[in-house]
Amino acid sequence: MNEQQQHHPPSWAQRFVEWYCKPGLVEDLTGDLHECFERNLQSVGPRRAKLIYIIDAFKFFRSYTVRRSIFVNLFMDRTMLGSYVKTSGRNIMRSKLFSFINILGLAISMSVGLLLIAFVLDLRSYDRFHENGGRTYRVTNVLTSGNEQNGKFATTSIKTGQLIREKVPGIDAVAIMRNNFSGDAKVGDNILPVSGYWAEPSLFRIFTFPMIEGHPETALKDPYSVVLTETAARKLFGSQAAVGKAIRIDTLLYQVTGIMQDVPFFSHIQFEALVSLSTAEQINKNDPHFAAWTNMWSNSVYVLPSENADMDAIRSQLGALAREENLAGENSSIRLELLPLYNIVVGESLRQSEGGPGFSGPHMPPVVLWILGGLAFIVILSACFNYTNLSIARAMRRMKEIGLRKAIGAGNNQVRLQFLAEAVMISLAALLLSFLLFLLLRPVLINMAPEMQRMVKLSLTPSMVAAFIVFSVAVGVMAGFLPAIFFSKVSPVNAFSSTSVKMFKHLTLRRALVLVQYTVTLIFITTTAVGYVQYRNILAFDLGFSTANILNINMQANKPDALLKELGEMPEVTALSRSLITTGVGNAWGGNMKYKDSRDSQLVMTNHVDENYLPLHNYQLVAGSNFIARPATARAVSEVIVNQQVLKRFNIGGNDPQKAIGEQITLNGRQMTIVGVMQDFHYGKVEHLIGPVAFTFWTPEDRAIISARIQSANLPATLARIGAAWKKTDPVHPLMAEFYDEAIENAYSEFSTMIKIIGFLSFLAISIASMGLFGMVVFTTETRLKEIGIRKVMGASVGNLMYLLSRGFLFLLSVSAFIALPATYFFFKTVVLPHFPYHTPVQFTELFAGLLAVLLIAFMMIGSQTLKAASSNPVAVLRSE
Amino acid sequence: MKGTNLGEFEELVLLTIAALLNEAYSVAICDELAGHTGRSVKLGVVHAVLNRLEEKGLVKSELGEATKARGGKRKRFYQLTMQGKAALVSAKSMRDQLWARIPLLVWEKM
Repeated sequence: MNEQQQHHPPSWAQRFVEWYCKPGLVEDLTGDLHECFERNLQSVGPRRAKLIYIIDAFKFFRSYTVRRSIFVNLFMDRTMLGSYVKTSGRNIMRSKLFSFINILGLAISMSVGLLLIAFVLDLRSYDRFHENGGRTYRVTNVLTSGNEQNGKFATTSIKTGQLIREKVPGIDAVAIMRNNFSGDAKVGDNILPVSGYWAEPSLFRIFTFPMIEGHPETALKDPYSVVLTETAARKLFGSQAAVGKAIRIDTLLYQVTGIMQDVPFFSHIQFEALVSLSTAEQINKNDPHFAAWTNMWSNSVYVLPSENADMDAIRSQLGALAREENLAGENSSIRLELLPLYNIVVGESLRQSEGGPGFSGPHMPPVVLWILGGLAFIVILSACFNYTNLSIARAMRRMKEIGLRKAIGAGNNQVRLQFLAEAVMISLAALLLSFLLFLLLRPVLINMAPEMQRMVKLSLTPSMVAAFIVFSVAVGVMAGFLPAIFFSKVSPVNAFSSTSVKMFKHLTLRRALVLVQYTVTLIFITTTAVGYVQYRNILAFDLGFSTANILNINMQANKPDALLKELGEMPEVTALSRSLITTGVGNAWGGNMKYKDSRDSQLVMTNHVDENYLPLHNYQLVAGSNFIARPATARAVSEVIVNQQVLKRFNIGGNDPQKAIGEQITLNGRQMTIVGVMQDFHYGKVEHLIGPVAFTFWTPEDRAIISARIQSANLPATLARIGAAWKKTDPVHPLMAEFYDEAIENAYSEFSTMIKIIGFLSFLAISIASMGLFGMVVFTTETRLKEIGIRKVMGASVGNLMYLLSRGFLFLLSVSAFIALPATYFFFKTVVLPHFPYHTPVQFTELFAGLLAVLLIAFMMIGSQTLKAASSNPVAVLRSE
Repeated sequence: MKGTNLGEFEELVLLTIAALLNEAYSVAICDELAGHTGRSVKLGVVHAVLNRLEEKGLVKSELGEATKARGGKRKRFYQLTMQGKAALVSAKSMRDQLWARIPLLVWEKM
């Protein structure tokens, strides 16, 4: 017998029967099942017996055994919902402070969620207006040169497009686009800089860009034809008809063959004009390299496979095609991949082309969205904790209500539903508030970075509103989950008896929630503080040259001489120089350098500068001098100034700067003499190590950036004068001038954006956690008023009482600080800072600044309430009983 | 009225209840029926029939004493009501009348 008693029928099946069965029948039904089970144990063994039990449990589910309430429950709950709403409403009104804390906390945290939802929905709406968007792909080039993986490129060669068109079956259309067409369009006196692409007629077959005038099939066919967007046409031609008219763009004459609707905002391709690709072919017809397989830097190819094409077959065709082409290549090979159109904006990060102008457009790697989502989730969770905490803490007040409900027949489910309904009500109320916050924060978010303005609009759409509501209900369920479970477990007997004992039961849970909240808050705030200090350090970093008060003016396509003369006459401008690019902000210009060993070549970063550049920027020469010769053409350039890294790399003059002067090196195949050696400085951004750099002389053949050192008491007036001088040189294009320090700040704008976001989140986290703490303190002191009164009568001092009341909270705070500070420290030390070779170590001041702020706020919260309670008159408190 | 006629299985169940006297509860009825008819009788079917018979008022039931077996669950014992007895008797007499009308010759021929 003992052996069989170890086996029991599956308890879930038993509970299932008990759930559905009428109360009158349930006992003998389960009894019968049990008897059969025991019998089957003997005859067929425990496993079969259990199986039979389960089958029978389901077989008994018949119309006469099932209780009616299960069928009517759904209906019943609907009627009860009204009652829940009413009691919840009363409850919200009764405890205004707690409801206020809950609603405000949820609203603040949810506004982050709303922003994120709007952001993600905007990103996901990119390119959805194309009718064939679902089956459109862009060709991705995966380049391997030598043994080195160079990564994936968004661009490919014109050859790729041509080959796919000729050789790959099952494809409806192939469109080759050549990037970065730009120029000044001129109609009469009207001059407008336009930018766009070289494109083919097939573009209109793949993409849904409706034409207003002209034929999509022919508009981009002939050389020197151009299709303008509606806006560009109106700007150029006013109200006149544009089609058929001639238009001069830079030096070439084009004919307008079509007008198309403006490109929608949510398109990853943006342009004002499309020029026929045959134009580019005409211009470059003498360049054999133009359509070469390896010339993959400035074209994109879009393909539209037919409706039910076999994508695997197409992919393997592409593979075969690439293998064949790679045979001719020396040591680089290219693989072709297809990237779905919808994955271009939100998807894998592709490289921009090396060296040349790249394919730029809105892009967001999914991992960033996940991180942002995770951070927002943490903040929302913190607000949910507040709700959970306060609801459970005030359980005492609700006990009688729950007891009564249960006594008159409410099941656990109904109580659970009631509390979920209450939480959802609160979260819906919070949604209204957070929507207002959303409207307030939206412009802030959009204006945070110029990229943001180009990327998203965050305007309301019906699907966005629906997502908001679903989100709010989900937050409500999340917040109400633990209270619902807690209250549904209350037994009516306990509810009516000693109520005060009950509330201390869940103290551990509540403590844990507060602990988590404060740990997260502290991590947020110390991360912000440390990140901010690191960011300031980067901006203030000594690059090795001076950037103060230097205005860099990009000459664009103009010759610098005239402006240089004008600027030279201004008294505020104390020094002037010309250079090819601005360094230290991420720009780069490179060349191959060789020394004595002709097989040993090294990519060195270069800049072309004039004789005034070094003194103006305070570059320190270790040996030698500034440029001696002043050649007027690039061919005549024969002198180079290098940094110490070059000497080290090639071991020139035994690494002695003095001996290196006069040595010959080869730069881009030209013999040059080292005339000076500079101290090392940061050519790239500070996250990169300093590499070899060589400066050669600027010649008028180069584009120019004018650097002007400005010493002015009235900066706006000076800038206005410079602007006026620019207008004389170039009346069409706006002045592109930027102070060096601002340029550096912009170069690190992604860091400042990141710090702003985390800072904002930590501000939210701290306000939510403080509100929660405040609620808890108010509650604890309220419930302990009598105890305080008695203690006071017995002789406790105010200080004693304050210590007594705040002891628990202070302990929690110190534990969370103990977790959060080392966690943040190690996060920076092991994850973030290794990316920055020249970083300053994390200081304790930054770490503790955040802690201090949090503690200060917490002390104010705790102190004000405990002081109020401790200084209350014991007579007044104790008399009320 | 729908409930006045007895089905074949209903009649068997009623007879079994009568035969088992004070021991007539679902599993016992099930066993007894299976033993006498030689066919496998499903507990669920017996339950459904018992329920129907009770609705018709032919049987009544009450819960017995709690025992350690059956997972501590009480048995529901069934008893015939007066109507139940009357239904059985009328069914039997109807059959008897029909039997009586069969001439002996018929049996011998077969």
